[in-house]
Amino acid sequence: MSVLRYLLKKEFRQIFRDKTILAMMFAMPTVQLIILPLAMNFDVKQVNLAVVDNDHSSYSRQMVNTIVASGYFRMVAAAPSFPAALQYIEREKADLVLEIPAGFERNLVREGQQKVGISIDAINGTKAAIGGNYLLTAIGDFNKDLPVNTNARVAPAAGLIDLTWSNWYNPLAIYKFYVVPAVLVLLLTLIGGFMSALNIVREKEVGTIEQINVTPIRKWEFILGKLIPFWLMGLIVFTLGLLVAWGVYGIWPVGSFALLYLFAAIYLVALLGFGLLVSTYTSNQLQAMFVAFFFMMIFMLMSGLFTSVDSMPPWARLIANLTPITHFIKIMRMIVLKGSGFVDVQREFGYLVVFALILNGWAILNYRKTS
Amino acid sequence: MAEKVIVCKELTKRFGDFYAVNKISFEVNKGEIFGFLGANGAGKTTAMRILCGLSHPSSGEAQVAGYDVYQQAESIKKNIGYMSQKFSLYENLTVAENIEFFGGVYRVPAAEIEERSDALLQKLGLTGEAKKLVGALPLGWKQKLAFSVAIFHRPRIVFLDEPTGGVDPVTRRQFWDMIYEAAASGITVFVTTHYMDEAEYCDRVTIMVDGKVEALDAPSRLKAQFNANNMDEVFYQLARGAKRSGD
Repeated sequence: MSVLRYLLKKEFRQIFRDKTILAMMFAMPTVQLIILPLAMNFDVKQVNLAVVDNDHSSYSRQMVNTIVASGYFRMVAAAPSFPAALQYIEREKADLVLEIPAGFERNLVREGQQKVGISIDAINGTKAAIGGNYLLTAIGDFNKDLPVNTNARVAPAAGLIDLTWSNWYNPLAIYKFYVVPAVLVLLLTLIGGFMSALNIVREKEVGTIEQINVTPIRKWEFILGKLIPFWLMGLIVFTLGLLVAWGVYGIWPVGSFALLYLFAAIYLVALLGFGLLVSTYTSNQLQAMFVAFFFMMIFMLMSGLFTSVDSMPPWARLIANLTPITHFIKIMRMIVLKGSGFVDVQREFGYLVVFALILNGWAILNYRKTS
Repeated sequence: MAEKVIVCKELTKRFGDFYAVNKISFEVNKGEIFGFLGANGAGKTTAMRILCGLSHPSSGEAQVAGYDVYQQAESIKKNIGYMSQKFSLYENLTVAENIEFFGGVYRVPAAEIEERSDALLQKLGLTGEAKKLVGALPLGWKQKLAFSVAIFHRPRIVFLDEPTGGVDPVTRRQFWDMIYEAAASGITVFVTTHYMDEAEYCDRVTIMVDGKVEALDAPSRLKAQFNANNMDEVFYQLARGAKRSGD
C-alpha cells in the first residue's frame, strides 16, 4: 500500500506542475459547455422563404401573411416566376420556395380545393425538413380558417382528427436540454480518454517507464497509481460541468445526485481503462493520439449525441451499443432530465460495468513489465 | 572462491532470425566492477536488459542475485539498481521528489529516505538545488544524481548502461569515483561503456562482438594476450571484424 502512496504523490505532483494541462482540463469543460450547445441548436428559426405569387389575389396575400406571421419564416423575395425564385435557392438566399399558381383564389372558392407548390433546398436536410413541416402547418392553419371551409354548409366529410401533444421531461422541446448533458459526457470522455492514454505513453517515450519496470512496483500498483489521479480529476471536471449546466442553462438534475455520480464513477473507470489499453498498444504520444482519436470519433458520432440511436440501421445500432459513451449519454439524459431511478437504468449500469471490466482487464493483461 | 552474483550460461536473445545476444556465458563476482564493452549494436544493452528482468531471454540460463531470470524476475528487481542509457529520472519533479519517489517504490522506510536523502544531497553538493526541477540541471549532475538514485536503496547489484555518455571528462572522473565508492561498499557494478579508458578502471571486462563474448578477463591480462598497449587496441583488434555496425 505504501508504494501506491508514493506513486499517487508523484502523479499528483506532476499533474499540478503542468499548468497548461491543468488549465486546459478546467477551461475545456467550462468554455466548451458554454459554446457547443449554442452552436448545436437544432431548433429551426428564420427559414428563408421566396414566394412566387402567380395569383395576386386577396387569398394568396392572406396566406403569405399567415405564414410570415407564424414567426418561423423570413420572406426574402417575392419572385415573378418559379425559375427566378429558384435562383434564390441556388444563391443560398432562400431555403424554401412557395409557388402559388394562377387561379388560386378562384379554384379555392369555386372548387373548394387548390394545390400549391413547395420546393425545398435539401442540402441542409434538417432545416429543410423542419422548415417544410412548419410551412405545411402554417398553410394548414390558413386552410382551416378559409371561409370556404368555415362557411361550408355541409360538415366535413369525416370528422377531423385533431392532435394535441405535450413534450414530457423537456416541455418546451428546448434543444439545449437534450444537448447539454450529452456534451458534458463528451468532455468527460475526451479528458479521461486522452489524458490517461497520453500520460502513460509519455512515460514510454521519455524512458521513465523502463525505470519503473525495473523496480519491484507491482503491475496493479502502477496501474492504480495512474488511474486514481485521473479518475479524481474526471469527477472534478464532471462536477464543474454540472455547475456550468446549472449556472448557464439552468439545468439542475431532476434525478438523484448519488446515482449520477455512481454512473460517472463507473464510466470513468471504463474510459480510463480504454486510455490505458491504447497506451499499452502504442509506443509514442503521436500514435496514441491517433489511435485514441480514431476511436473517439466513432464513439462520438455513434453515441446518439447528434442522431438518435433508435433510428440507426441495425448494424449501426450494434456499434453504438458497443461504445460505452452511448450508454452514459442515455443515462445522463434519463437522470438529469427525466429523474430516472436506478431500476430504470439498471440495464445501462450493467453495460458500463462490463465495459469497465473488459477494458481494464484487457489493459492489465496487455501491460508487461518484461517484454 | 568469491560469491557469484551473476551467472550466465549460453544466454540467447533472438528477434526473428537475428541473434541480438548469441550464447553468452560469464560469471560476475560480488563487489566486482564488471565492464561490458562492445560496439554499437553488439548486444550489450539487450544482454543487460535480460539480466535486469526487462526482457525475456530466448534460451540459455541466467541467475542474478541468486534468482532465475525466467521465474523470479520480480525478486531480481528488488535486489538491483538500474540506470539506463536514456536519462530516466522525472524531469518535471524536483531533485528531492525524485529521490523520495524512487526510495519509496523500493520500500525504503520514510524516515530512512529523509535521512539518506539529506546525506546524499550534501555529498553531491546539491543541497541548494533540492527544490529545483531535475530537467533544469546540467547533464553531468543529472547523471550523478541518477546513479545515486539507482543505488539509493542499497541494491546488491547496480546495472549502468553507458552512464557517462555525453558527459565531460572531469565529471566522468567524478562519476567513476562514485562507482568505486559503491563497489567498496559491497555493491557489484555491471557497467556498459564504449570509452576504453573507462574499461581500464574495471576489475574485469567482457568484449562483445556481434552478440557473442569474444574476450573476458582483467584489462591487464587482455592487453598482454592481444599484445596491446592499451584497451583501445584490444578493442580495435576484436571489433574490427564485426559485421554489425551503427545503432
